[in-house]
Amino acid sequence: MNSLKRVILFGATSAIAEQTARQLVAQGASLYCVGRNPDKLTALIDDLKVRAGSQQCIDGCVADLVDHSRHEHLINDATHVLGEVDGVLIAHGTLPVQQACEADVAMTRKEIETNALSVISLLTLLANLFEQQQRGVIAVISSVAGDRGRQSNYVYGAAKGMLTLFLQGLRNRLAKANVDVVTIKPGFVDTPMTADFNKAGPLWAKPDQVAKGIIKAMQRGKDEVYILWFWRWIMLFIRHIPESFFKRMTL
Amino acid sequence: MMPRSWNRLPRVDPDRVELLTNRSQPLDSNLPRPLLAYGNGRSYGDVCLTERGTLMLTRGLDRFIDFDPNRGVLRCEAGVTLAEILALVVPRGWFLPSTPGTRLATVGGAVANDVHGKNHHALGSFGHHVRALELWRSDGRVIECYPEEGNGWFRATIGGLGLTGLIRWVELQLIPIQNTWMWVESQRFANLDEFWTLSRRAEALWPYTVAWIDCLAKGKAQGRGILLAGQHAAAQAELPVFKEGSKRMLFDPPFSLVNGLSLRVFNALYYRQSVKPQGGLSHYVPYFYPLDAIQDWNRIYGRSGFYQYQCVVPPREAEAAIPALLDTITRHGEGSFLAVLKTFGPMPSLGMLSFPRPGTTLALDFPNRGDKTRRLLDKLDAIVREAGGTLYPGKDARMPASLFQSGYPEWEAFKDYVDPDFSSRFWQRVTS
Ligand SMILES: Cc1cc2nc3c(=O)[nH]c(=O)nc-3n(C[C@H](O)[C@H](O)[C@H](O)COP(=O)(O)OP(=O)(O)OC[C@H]3O[C@@H](n4cnc5c(N)ncnc54)[C@H](O)[C@@H]3O)c2cc1C
Ligand SMILES: NC(=O)c1ccc[n+]([C@@H]2O[C@H](COP(=O)([O-])OP(=O)(O)OC[C@H]3O[C@@H](n4cnc5c(N)ncnc54)[C@H](OP(=O)(O)O)[C@@H]3O)[C@@H](O)[C@H]2O)c1
Repeated sequence: MNSLKRVILFGATSAIAEQTARQLVAQGASLYCVGRNPDKLTALIDDLKVRAGSQQCIDGCVADLVDHSRHEHLINDATHVLGEVDGVLIAHGTLPVQQACEADVAMTRKEIETNALSVISLLTLLANLFEQQQRGVIAVISSVAGDRGRQSNYVYGAAKGMLTLFLQGLRNRLAKANVDVVTIKPGFVDTPMTADFNKAGPLWAKPDQVAKGIIKAMQRGKDEVYILWFWRWIMLFIRHIPESFFKRMTL
Repeated sequence: MMPRSWNRLPRVDPDRVELLTNRSQPLDSNLPRPLLAYGNGRSYGDVCLTERGTLMLTRGLDRFIDFDPNRGVLRCEAGVTLAEILALVVPRGWFLPSTPGTRLATVGGAVANDVHGKNHHALGSFGHHVRALELWRSDGRVIECYPEEGNGWFRATIGGLGLTGLIRWVELQLIPIQNTWMWVESQRFANLDEFWTLSRRAEALWPYTVAWIDCLAKGKAQGRGILLAGQHAAAQAELPVFKEGSKRMLFDPPFSLVNGLSLRVFNALYYRQSVKPQGGLSHYVPYFYPLDAIQDWNRIYGRSGFYQYQCVVPPREAEAAIPALLDTITRHGEGSFLAVLKTFGPMPSLGMLSFPRPGTTLALDFPNRGDKTRRLLDKLDAIVREAGGTLYPGKDARMPASLFQSGYPEWEAFKDYVDPDFSSRFWQRVTS
């Protein structure tokens, strides 16, 4: 079991990360939260401080994570504040409008920048830190969208797929250092990111449910997790549809 | 799924439903008008509904802002539920100063309906314990409201039915407790006469009192029931262990499971339950929130929903009006699952449209049988009106405009505080 007493959250103001933060605080954790929007980050930190006991430290920093130049400072500051780092959750991301990306490669690049390259930059620094300390867990929210390219959102899918592959390699490398690398594939979650979707049906999970799954996976040092069990089977099925047939489908 | 109110009546859909998650974000000027906040839909009726425009869901505004465990002062966003507050403050020795019979209401909803609890005679209603709140108006103005200020925004917003703008946060004064238990005495009374005597005595001694009555009993037994009196338990060396269970109503029956037969059986059994005149300990959860133990219990009434009817009649009229109401109900062959009787204390409410006022309040629910039910409710209205009483907007889907206007004489002055971009189906109904 990995202990999660001191955790860094990137994209802390995301609905999923916020629920994760609350549950970690309830379990006695100290947190360092990085978020882009200053108002939302302040509201989050104030809330966590009210929930936390007097021994717990809740701190954080505002940062737009596409700005790679700040990553090293953020990680140093977090380590300084927390003393030591048991775990990291990288949760930030954006869901692009696929058609907009088709019309404009600049948009596509921006999405890949946010969803993949900014995360890879953080992971590069974190991997070295964790490798050195020879323990801990790094979790990243990827997506089932990264399991197979589909016409409806292949830019997002490609970015998340890049993460999933990168994390596989990193897991392989850090296994020797006793560091767990967890890829989270939440499926559909009812959050602001999916505000415009029709959320009827059993495929939708709530952020607090996903948060619970994330914490469990981090504690147990899982590899790739689908939060709701059936997504594993749905994606297994989707991945095995022959390409010659798949290309004619509208998924 | 479209947001509904708790009694599932009326079924009206707004043009747009918007989840608010960031309290610093100004109201979006592109949202279709009118606007209305929706907390957790625990009102029975249409104060939280609009047929047009945008319903703004506030449950995403669920953050605590500040808590001083030494003074018991809590500031939180308006979408925080009472259950979430209790989970935070009870372990630190504090409790809500006033609470309705559900802990699933939000703070914003509790302010907007100026809700009351079993301790109204001792501590007043929810609004009496609000130290400050922040109101967002559609023109971009942000108004911090305090009870001691003179300009009226506070008085308008407490019990303001969500019409004065969006409440972003609320600061509450909590009350101290020693542990999570209540000391409760229950006592049977054989009729209304006994109730009046018993409840007067209980109110002088206990901070919490409420009575359940068997609204089917007639003649000499009319108004028989059980009075529950309680107080927060004193510090003690040994306390029982409490384990919370939860059940859920899983489906919508094709017709109401509340009918003549089940009502008769339930009421008769309830009256015969064992009482504890010598007192006993009860955990605060089952004591304050017995109905919350069955999730979605409102589905028991089936798809057509039900009506809540909660009136208050002034002290001088109560002893005549309450029997008249019960007579009318039994003559109509109707009954209510839970009929709740409680005396409000003399403390005047702070809100211009607050429901609580000195007198006796009776709350009933009736399965919706269409015109038949509405005819009964019209007859009850006549008795309430005659007695100079009024109905609770938070539990109303049908009262005529004239009854609202006579019961809330400040409603015209209140209009000056209504945000021009806000409205509800309730407000359109009672002001037209
Ligand atoms: C089992 C049960 C028992 C109950 N017992 C009692 C009782 O004992 N005493 C009592 O007084 N009531 C009682 N109620 C009624 C309930 O407490 C009130 O209706 C309460 O207001 C519901 O809160 P809500 O958050 O669900 O608000 P909603 O029902 O969603 O909304 C109620 C009103 O609040 C407004 N509102 C909500 N949030 C905001 C905001 N942020 N800004 C501005 N306006 C807002 C809405 O516009 C609407 O006018 C009970 C209800 C149930 C289901
Ligand atoms: N919701 C789903 O169905 C679903 C499914 C699979 C995976 N996911 C993934 O889950 C993660 C969390 O998303 P969510 O559903 O919780 O949605 P969300 O609430 O919209 O969270 C997304 C967060 O990412 C932040 N962010 C975006 N770009 C950023 C940047 N450049 N720098 C810093 N922060 C940035 C946003 O910050 P701002 O608040 O400043 O905008 C926001 O807090 C994302 O990685 C998402 O891809 C979600």
